[in-house]
Amino acid sequence: MTERVAARPPSTAGPLQRQEARLAWSLLAPTILTVSLVIILPLLAIFWISVKPVKLADLRPPTPTAYERLRGDIASAGDRGTIEYRLRNRSRDQAITDVRLTDTFPPGLRLVLEDDRCRQEGTDLDCRLGDFSPGYNERLRFEVVADGDYAGGVFEPRASEATIVGESDYVLTNARFTLANFARVFDGNEFWAVLYATLFYTIFGTIGAIVVGLFAALILNRDFRGQGAFRGLFLFPYVSPVIAVAFTWVTLFDPFSGSANALLLRMDVIGEPINFFGERPMALIMVTVFEIWRYFPLSFLFILARMQAIDSDMYEAAEMDGASPFQQFFALSIPHLMGILSILFLLRFIWTFNKFDDIFLLTGGNAGTRTLTVNVYEQAFAISNIGAGAAVAVVIFGCLLLFSVLFFRFLNQEEGL
Amino acid sequence: MRLLRPGYVLAPAIGALWTLIMMVTVIVTFTLVTGAEATLSPIAAVLTGGLAGLLLVWRQGVSQGTGSAGSEAPFLSLQGQRGRLILTVGVVVLFTVLRGGQPFGLPLRVSTGGQVIGVAALGFLVAWPLRDMLRDYGWDDQGRHAFEHVLIRFLAGFGFVVFTAAVAIPFMVMVMTSLKSQQELLANPLDFSIDLGRGWELLRSYEELFRDFNFGRYLAISAVVSVATVIITLLFSIPGAYAVSRLRFRGSAAFSRSILLIYMVPMIVLALPIYVAFSITGLRNSLIGILLIYPVTTIPVALYMLQGYFRGLPGEVEEAGLMDGLGRLAVIWKITLPLSLPALASVSLYVFMIAWNEFLLAFMLLDDPSIFTLTRGVVMLNSSEIPRQHLMAGSVLATVPVMAIFVGLERFMTRGLTAGSVKG
Repeated sequence: MTERVAARPPSTAGPLQRQEARLAWSLLAPTILTVSLVIILPLLAIFWISVKPVKLADLRPPTPTAYERLRGDIASAGDRGTIEYRLRNRSRDQAITDVRLTDTFPPGLRLVLEDDRCRQEGTDLDCRLGDFSPGYNERLRFEVVADGDYAGGVFEPRASEATIVGESDYVLTNARFTLANFARVFDGNEFWAVLYATLFYTIFGTIGAIVVGLFAALILNRDFRGQGAFRGLFLFPYVSPVIAVAFTWVTLFDPFSGSANALLLRMDVIGEPINFFGERPMALIMVTVFEIWRYFPLSFLFILARMQAIDSDMYEAAEMDGASPFQQFFALSIPHLMGILSILFLLRFIWTFNKFDDIFLLTGGNAGTRTLTVNVYEQAFAISNIGAGAAVAVVIFGCLLLFSVLFFRFLNQEEGL
Repeated sequence: MRLLRPGYVLAPAIGALWTLIMMVTVIVTFTLVTGAEATLSPIAAVLTGGLAGLLLVWRQGVSQGTGSAGSEAPFLSLQGQRGRLILTVGVVVLFTVLRGGQPFGLPLRVSTGGQVIGVAALGFLVAWPLRDMLRDYGWDDQGRHAFEHVLIRFLAGFGFVVFTAAVAIPFMVMVMTSLKSQQELLANPLDFSIDLGRGWELLRSYEELFRDFNFGRYLAISAVVSVATVIITLLFSIPGAYAVSRLRFRGSAAFSRSILLIYMVPMIVLALPIYVAFSITGLRNSLIGILLIYPVTTIPVALYMLQGYFRGLPGEVEEAGLMDGLGRLAVIWKITLPLSLPALASVSLYVFMIAWNEFLLAFMLLDDPSIFTLTRGVVMLNSSEIPRQHLMAGSVLATVPVMAIFVGLERFMTRGLTAGSVKG
């Protein structure tokens, strides 16, 4: 009697499947490693820095410095001189503890040590200098005598570099935390101005780029010679380097030597030059227009691709039924494009929200164009307050988290359709 | 809308608007090319265009009334080539007369040739498209279909003009400014005519960039950095994309989704801690640091693009390879990669473009002028002590390679843009 085993799918992963998974992970490992190193780690760092009182100048821990000099010449046995170490703590608010200075001398040089902090052992000098208060400054002097063992030759004190080390309380690693960075970010009027600029730029930039892109796709969605050339031309703003086009816009709209102002003046459209990128509320409108100009090609490309995939039979049927061109557009094209339009809206919304380069190059965040991303730079580098910059970054990150939740919820619905 | 439908309302309106647009186009072009002080006259344009439109629908209405198109042309027929010419001449004459004999508001001796060409161009650009827009439209209400077709044709024409101008003008300004001298720029910002008699002198800004500002070196550094970024990115993303798209493992869905999430982190948020970390470790201000960070920003994009492509490849070919005794890596190398060369080209071009155009990290991490990338070098030129034409020449230098690649390999590039979609 043979034993009968019911055929059942295996409940655990078989060896082949495990092998496949192992291979998959080993192929992914380099990517995961580098990406987490350079993206996840910095993100965590942002949260850490945002609650630390850290300024741009504090990034390197304070270190003691020693500047070595020799007075008098020592060339042969019997010569004397004075060696001087200028010791400093350049930090103005941080003490350095347990400072230790070491140096090496050629054989035959004897130090006349009057300082009880220092000892000479053979050719080595070893000083335990204790604590340096902030701004500490001392000249440590010894007399040096060349005795009979001295081999001769001009003594160069800096031939062997003195090393000086100390321990200090490093602001990035100590346990001192503060909420002042966040207090600064949410500080009254400024925060509302930044939020307003961000929302204005993001909303109008996104919608504008999509509407303009839709229009461009509509006029190119027909067969004619040169369609490819126009499509290429319309993509120019998007593929060129942002620095090139941003500086061109700045040149073009310069209040004094810009062609746009000269043209408008000449044509009697305006009475006096407009400082397009320098005055409220024009600057904010201009950076939004720039955003639309630079990114409409992307929406255009997507919408055109989708349009060309719509079945033309449907339009013929609609035509037979007497639908007018506008009716066909609103009743057929728009519903078919709705999917891509909403995805574009979500993506572009997030990327416009994240945009930094464009505004930074056009206005530097002046004249009411400081968005949240520009504010990160402004706080961290212009005001040199890294902590505050990080706090703004945390706020941005929170907003993005919110957007992504919405985004994925929406994406799931789309896939479900 | 119904009120607009009769030909005698629609045609003058369309005619006036179109003539207005064309007048602005022609006069602005004229001003930019010759540098002369032309002025606009909206009233003349509106009157000319309105009359032209009215005339068109009147005559077309009459021809429709007289029956078949084959019959003898009635008085002042605007059909056929002859009709177009009559309309063109009419527009030119009317516009000139309405502006008191000076179509551009300039004495006729100022760049006479330019004025003649300009006014003829205006005639053509008004008459020919206008006749096409109002094609077959009669004097009365022609129904909703015909009306909307006219509107659509008008909007399309309008769109072409506006888009072409909006895209082309900045690039033209960039190139032309780079060819000028400081005095010329200050004298008349509207004069974009170039004096070809100056010969090589025209390229002086470029020469100075290469000689005094070390731009040859920056070009080389940018090229090396971009190519290296492409290579490193492909080395990382090809195996990763293959794993995500072909191999079954727990968490593959979560992984491909988290790739998307990485796109959503703004660069400036990452740049700040990277600046801090690089400052501490001494990687700041070194090309090694740049080469460390650029690929990381492009690997997710490349991985996402490639996995989409790999999924579309037929799996049977690879299975056949596996059956014949190839290992997975050999399958990737001998079957998958050769099949996906077009996708690899798209991804490479796209990554190259990102690396070449990158500005923020180069700006924050590089201070030493001897290791600037091209974009960082151009930012350096943005100072009040350096003349504008140098800045524009630098911009042209940064733009031309990307443009050349784009124009030459548009097919791949466009696909890369569509598939990548993602990096703004």
